[in-house]
Amino acid sequence: MCEPVDVEPHALTDFDREVDALRQVLGMKNIMTVDELRRGIEAMPEADYLRLSYYRRWIRSITYTLLRKGVITEAELAATLERR
Amino acid sequence: MSNILETDGERLLVAVRDLLAAKGLASTQEILERMAITDAASPGQGARMVAKAWVDPDYREIMLADGTVAAGALGIPMRGAPPLGVLENTPELHHLVVCTLCSCYPRAVLGYPPFWYKSAAYRARAVRDPRGLLAEWGTVLPEGMRLRIVDSTAEYRWMVLPMRPAGTEGWTEEQLAAIVREGDMIGVTVPKLG
Amino acid sequence: MFAPGTPVQVKNDWPETRGPVHIRTPHYLRGVKGMVVRHLGTYPNPEDLAFARPAKPVPLYHVAFDQRALWQEGAAGDEVLVEIFEHWLEPL
Repeated sequence: MCEPVDVEPHALTDFDREVDALRQVLGMKNIMTVDELRRGIEAMPEADYLRLSYYRRWIRSITYTLLRKGVITEAELAATLERR
Repeated sequence: MSNILETDGERLLVAVRDLLAAKGLASTQEILERMAITDAASPGQGARMVAKAWVDPDYREIMLADGTVAAGALGIPMRGAPPLGVLENTPELHHLVVCTLCSCYPRAVLGYPPFWYKSAAYRARAVRDPRGLLAEWGTVLPEGMRLRIVDSTAEYRWMVLPMRPAGTEGWTEEQLAAIVREGDMIGVTVPKLG
Repeated sequence: MFAPGTPVQVKNDWPETRGPVHIRTPHYLRGVKGMVVRHLGTYPNPEDLAFARPAKPVPLYHVAFDQRALWQEGAAGDEVLVEIFEHWLEPL
């Protein structure tokens, strides 16, 4: 961690911006809070946290939270992934 | 649920978005609207606030008392945004903003946080080795200037009101706003001419 | 409620060792002494919001810490200013 800061811009991708917007919409609709997002990121195994990009952590935490709260079910998610 | 969470993020996003739309919880349209609103926020907005504070003492006072009110007064959308606090740099005191716990950033007035702000190196070193960190940006504080690191851990979002550089006497607000950069309002840099 | 200027100590508590939690008090401040700068408002406890539990409003303070005392290195007079919820603070 005590290394020089990478100051390159690293422009956001469409995926990044969409995950960001999805998180905001879920917050505005009281489906999940930003606190739940953070908690889900912190609950991730360390190896996954370190491997994943910033917004890949977010979508994983969002999915984890929605599953945990029963907003979506694992069966529904599996079926949707299958179709896509 | 552990295995399904291993799915690649791009596929998870598409599937979650489809499911939320099918359940009538969040539509693609709503997400796209939110993207457009978020994309519209940029450091140019914070720069307008700084420039106005430099030329208008009444505005400066409002800005230091309540950043949300000051941003709103310039037409910057603040509804639903966390409270905005403004930290004034002086010849005796320089401010540096960080979020060691995650990446809290004054997005309403500066836009998306830059990559470096979210990096582990920045978050760790801003509190541990702040002057070494500033030196990487070429920012060396003059002798006797204290440094206050603001760790943005909870409800507020913080921006820095930098000092107006010498040589800008008589400049218009537009000219002043043009020299204020993102890093100046987080405290890693200070406004410079040219 | 703590008045500005009140000396306080951040609780030397590590709830993360007892089970799943979400905490807004950084590790590097646990057990550290500081001074209340001002009350920033009162907000629902994020430790509950993170688990979608009913969240009681808790006063939030800006607390200043001596930067050099935290790490035994750094420049004299530098400080770290941090938002800390009241239930994490003890009067000295």
